[in-house]
Amino acid sequence: MAVTGAQIVAAQLKKHGVEVVFGIPGGVVIPLYDVLYDESAIRNVLVGHEQGAAHAADGYARASGKLGVCIATSGPGATNLVTGIANAHMDSIPILAITGNVRTNLIGKDAFQEADITGITVPIVKHSYLVKRVEDLADAILEAIHIATTGRPGPVLVDIPVDVTLATLPSMPEGKLDLPSYQPTYKGHRRMIDLAAKTIAEAKKPVLYVGGGVIRSGASAEMAEFARKLGVPVVNTLMGKGAFPEADELSLGMVGMHGAAYANYTMNESDLIIAIGARFDDRVTGRLDKFGVGAKKIHIDIDPAEIGKNVAVDVPIVGDAKLVLTELNKRVKKCEVAEWWEQVRRWQEQYPLTYEQSTEQVKPQYVVEQIYELTQGEAIVATGVGQQQMWAAQYYKCKRPRQFISSGGLGTMGFGLPAAIGAQMACPEQLVFDIDGDGSFMMTVQELATAVTQKLPIKIAIIHNEYLGMVRQWQQLFWRGRYSGTPLVSLPDFAKLAEAFGIVGMVVDRPEGVRPALERALEIKDAPCLIDFQVVPEENVFPMVPAGGALDEVMTDPALWKSLDKKETGKAG
Amino acid sequence: MKHTISVLVNNRPGVLARVSSLFSRRGFNIDSLAVSTTEDPLVSRMTIVVTGDEMVLEQIEKQLYKLIDVIKVRDHSEDPLVDRELSLIKVNATPQSRAEIMQIVEVFRGQIVDMSESSLIIEATGDSEKVDALLRILNPFGIREMVRTGKVVMVRGGRE
Repeated sequence: MAVTGAQIVAAQLKKHGVEVVFGIPGGVVIPLYDVLYDESAIRNVLVGHEQGAAHAADGYARASGKLGVCIATSGPGATNLVTGIANAHMDSIPILAITGNVRTNLIGKDAFQEADITGITVPIVKHSYLVKRVEDLADAILEAIHIATTGRPGPVLVDIPVDVTLATLPSMPEGKLDLPSYQPTYKGHRRMIDLAAKTIAEAKKPVLYVGGGVIRSGASAEMAEFARKLGVPVVNTLMGKGAFPEADELSLGMVGMHGAAYANYTMNESDLIIAIGARFDDRVTGRLDKFGVGAKKIHIDIDPAEIGKNVAVDVPIVGDAKLVLTELNKRVKKCEVAEWWEQVRRWQEQYPLTYEQSTEQVKPQYVVEQIYELTQGEAIVATGVGQQQMWAAQYYKCKRPRQFISSGGLGTMGFGLPAAIGAQMACPEQLVFDIDGDGSFMMTVQELATAVTQKLPIKIAIIHNEYLGMVRQWQQLFWRGRYSGTPLVSLPDFAKLAEAFGIVGMVVDRPEGVRPALERALEIKDAPCLIDFQVVPEENVFPMVPAGGALDEVMTDPALWKSLDKKETGKAG
Repeated sequence: MKHTISVLVNNRPGVLARVSSLFSRRGFNIDSLAVSTTEDPLVSRMTIVVTGDEMVLEQIEKQLYKLIDVIKVRDHSEDPLVDRELSLIKVNATPQSRAEIMQIVEVFRGQIVDMSESSLIIEATGDSEKVDALLRILNPFGIREMVRTGKVVMVRGGRE
């Protein structure tokens, strides 16, 4: 029986277990949407804006480990996906973005709603296809899914002109993979693994530096075995939250710009940094020429280009974290590091991760702590980007991988709500919180309608401080308090906004109100709800390593800042 | 330091855009770039001359390999090479200076491929240094227009 291009796309998606797609229809994707109309196996989620579709697919992929799929029409639909695609690219998230395009004979003619989306996305996709013949369509989708989900995962875009989705083939093609030049390295080099084991055995002050790659690889069990075998301190990146349980006695939690001071001291004073699925990002290393100066570095990463990109490495191991750790676990034993631990514990006592509680005002850290306690650390937590994201990272200790859904590399404000939607769709049985900023939330607020339509019981906790808080913090600390562009002067009444969408909205402006509001939120099972936490407006995220500062220049005490000479640093990022 | 690298890529639409986008995004400088098909019509070869230290070169190679359509990357720093580029040079030539220019061209084993009352077009082939030298000597006559293909290379001997 003859099949259309649209049917080929749907068949390939089904074959790969795709159960949900996020998107918005438009002229040139009507044929595809028409096929989805009859497709009971694929849930078709209409979002409010294509950026939300990409973020929801991304959140779905982060929470489930499966491919996330989003669909947009040509022109503005496709360009609206761009931020979401870039976000997935920076954090190595497997998403498939399907865009419609104008008829092949109109491409290049500046036709209505035409955009060169394959051209626009070249630097932010793992790969992309512009499919000009229906004969190539099955292969393109098959290859796109394969590329997105293997090796170092990432977004792949397939752009399909409408005449290709309408064209027919006499029978359903199977599709074939023809990618001789794409061969990711999974197995680590044996000699390098031996050398790593030897280097570890000789270390006096080792630290495990764990990133998102461990989660992408599904290597948490091997990671835990490795850490416990060695008995050494573990720090994680923002993306690595949950790769190793943060409440474990070996864990020092997050490292980097807003990591605990003791985590940063441990990293910088160590004599061996064992990086696993982490990429020595500037938010982790601080000033590079003062980073881990006395430390050897072992770097395990599936992407060869990450090794040696930012820091020189002594033992490079290209491979999949799960396979490499399995091999390493056969070769390592407990490290003799009692003295090192004594030092680390002293730092922990001296520079604890803490904040000043208030009896009058709601502290944002307190809100996160209460969410943590009430959910017993089991919830999936999505975040926006900014102060609230850092407080969530500091005070919501993750137990397991795929629990913390946050935009790391790109730092995309507005990620929280759509990502929470994707996560809740991936994990309907789990409790999902969106810990969002007032500024972040407003950037994708239209997705409230999506959450309501899908009856998703997401708990939206808005850390409402009436500022673009992280930028305001920098302005306060480094720009003489000149709050240019950061006050959010005309925010809506968030509770009423929630009510306008037909869901429960609550306001909390006293510390004693935090717990009861959260308890009430947990009782709502069939719809989202929103809590407007009106927090101390000028609370800052500490500790903090100033941008461009060395890791051991971490500022722990807010009072210290007040005595600092606040000259302009001119450091921009 | 200048490096010459050969990049074998799948002969597909958009590959050149992906490679050039990578160079600009990562801040690598291309001195010259020549692209053509190879003995295998499904494969194209890009010959790229880049400036950078060993670290930069390593990143270029690794980043290129991340492109799905890149089959092989080879740095020719250590290889014995035949390297050539073709140039066309339009130079001012009056009846008085014509003979002198033609002598120069002969020394460089170039050819005159076009002639008018006031100009000549010279075709010259050779390694980059030879083309540079010819240009230097022709310069006093007044170079009106110049185009070079960029370097293409082949490793000497039986190896591919």
